Amino acid sequence: MTPRPDASARRAIRGASGSAAGLEAVLPRPGAARPALLGRLLEDERSLAYLLLTPTIVLLALFIAYPFVLGVWLSVSSATVGVAGHFVGFKNFDKAWNDSIFRTAAFNTFLYTGVTTVFKLALGVWLAVLLNRHFRGKRLIRAFVLLPFIIPTVLSTFAWKWMYDPTFSVINWGLWKLDLITTRINWLGDPYLSLISVMIVNVWRGVPFFAISLLAGLQTISPELHEAAAIDGANAWQRFWRVTWPLLLPVTMVVVLFSVIQTFADFQLVYVLTGGGPANATHLFATYAYQIGVGTGLLSEGAAISLAMFPVLFLVVVLQLWYIRRVETR
Amino acid sequence: MIEGARWQRWLYFYCPLSVFVLGLLFPFYWMLVTTFRPDGELYRPWNRANYTPFWTTNPTLEHIYYLFRETLFSTWLWNTMFIAIVSTLISVFCGLLAGYALARLRFRLAGGLGTSIFVTYLVPPTLLFIPLADVIRTFRLADTPWALILTYPTFLIPFCTWLLMGYFKTIPKELEECARIDGASRIQAMLKIIFPIATPGILSAGIFAFTLSWNEFIYALVFINTPHQKTVPVGVVSELIRGDVFFWGPLMAGALLGSIPVAMIYSFFVEHYVAGLTGSVKG
Repeated sequence: MTPRPDASARRAIRGASGSAAGLEAVLPRPGAARPALLGRLLEDERSLAYLLLTPTIVLLALFIAYPFVLGVWLSVSSATVGVAGHFVGFKNFDKAWNDSIFRTAAFNTFLYTGVTTVFKLALGVWLAVLLNRHFRGKRLIRAFVLLPFIIPTVLSTFAWKWMYDPTFSVINWGLWKLDLITTRINWLGDPYLSLISVMIVNVWRGVPFFAISLLAGLQTISPELHEAAAIDGANAWQRFWRVTWPLLLPVTMVVVLFSVIQTFADFQLVYVLTGGGPANATHLFATYAYQIGVGTGLLSEGAAISLAMFPVLFLVVVLQLWYIRRVETR
Repeated sequence: MIEGARWQRWLYFYCPLSVFVLGLLFPFYWMLVTTFRPDGELYRPWNRANYTPFWTTNPTLEHIYYLFRETLFSTWLWNTMFIAIVSTLISVFCGLLAGYALARLRFRLAGGLGTSIFVTYLVPPTLLFIPLADVIRTFRLADTPWALILTYPTFLIPFCTWLLMGYFKTIPKELEECARIDGASRIQAMLKIIFPIATPGILSAGIFAFTLSWNEFIYALVFINTPHQKTVPVGVVSELIRGDVFFWGPLMAGALLGSIPVAMIYSFFVEHYVAGLTGSVKG
């Protein structure tokens, strides 16, 4: 390659003058051979940027943007598997709205997301504070604690399904030995209890993610602040709420919003543990959409049900973007 | 060290920590015990006197044999491995280029594209699986590994881009500028100076992407129907249950063995995760 002092000079000028995009223009030099065109394109910041982004944009357009548009179309059509269908307006949404199972699923999804997020946050902060101490075997414990988050969810959920088994439940055995129960608890078969059982597994799986992310946040807080507060007479509880918590808030917000999206759109836990049962008592948006769209082949109705998640997800994403901007510009 | 009297240390630190660790790890222990427990012991109701939950006196490998002889488990393992590796490679490649462009190059749409890639990172697969199944059918990819290899990057690329973008921002611009003053072209500076420095970031992006695609469930469930093409999570769910009968021994053996590759990768991941977050330039 030939040295290009002009390019670095351009760069230096740009660096000095902020956003002087006008200086970008590459002047055609007389006598430049044809192969140099590629070289010049790669040297130009804009064309290189678009070139580097092409694979990503193509994949995301094909498999995110296009399906999204198609999903919106499906939700206002009468398509089923193998039948293209035609425009029917908001009939599918109307049908879902008047469907008692859909209403249960909607209620369950909000309840599920709300309750588990509170528990995951509370337990996650607690565990993060514990792990932030110095103790023997710290690294090993931290590594082990993250396992529920790492192991494939479906597989670990099967272990829970086995632990919840009505006849062979080890949890029942434990409670029975501790004299807490006299008859069996039907963890997944009881319509009132089954959603709570699913929530327990979700919290179990989510706490490590909260704890490890918040631990990373905790480690950026200087211990001197704590020492200063301690010297001023603050006890441990006050130090947490007045020093740690406010400094941890930005990380917490990002983690919570991320977790809310994942939980709101959850599928695997319910699919494996209850399949939406007993008597459709534990459906979430995603599992009900799966049952209608894939199970019975009513593509359009299934698409409408899963799109019903969109407004909430959209709100959370906007909130998250707004919050990140605000933190970054502060 | 932890301050306070001995009883305080136990009450506020060791007790809660032990409860956390036991609670978080118990299901895995339960998986392990069930895998090696013979059927006669397995199906013994919990309130029977001879129910010995936490160990077994005569461990057996019958469930593991069953898994490899009577089911397609080894095929599923291979499928999962292949899909996870290829989709990870595609995603890290795309994420590397995109992350560099967004972190280092100035162009008009940088802000908008950066935001939209971040937003796709937040799109959960359950929002799009029904229309995406239609797209997969249109492209005639249904029931092939490519259905998953091409769709997994939709959630892996945004993650890799975001992680590597952060990493590139920690590398001082001067390094690149020096190389360019010495006569390197933009591409050369990128490939020979910046990418090698970003190796820890690339590694952690790759490892994370690998575990994510190993764990993926709903796309694999919807796009793949032939037992031979299934991945471990889907195979275990759909092929080890006959009607209402659960074969708990093989199920737990499958869950255990299906988790081991990820757990092994994870032992590397622990270090590189930290390295990726706090990545700094050496020298």
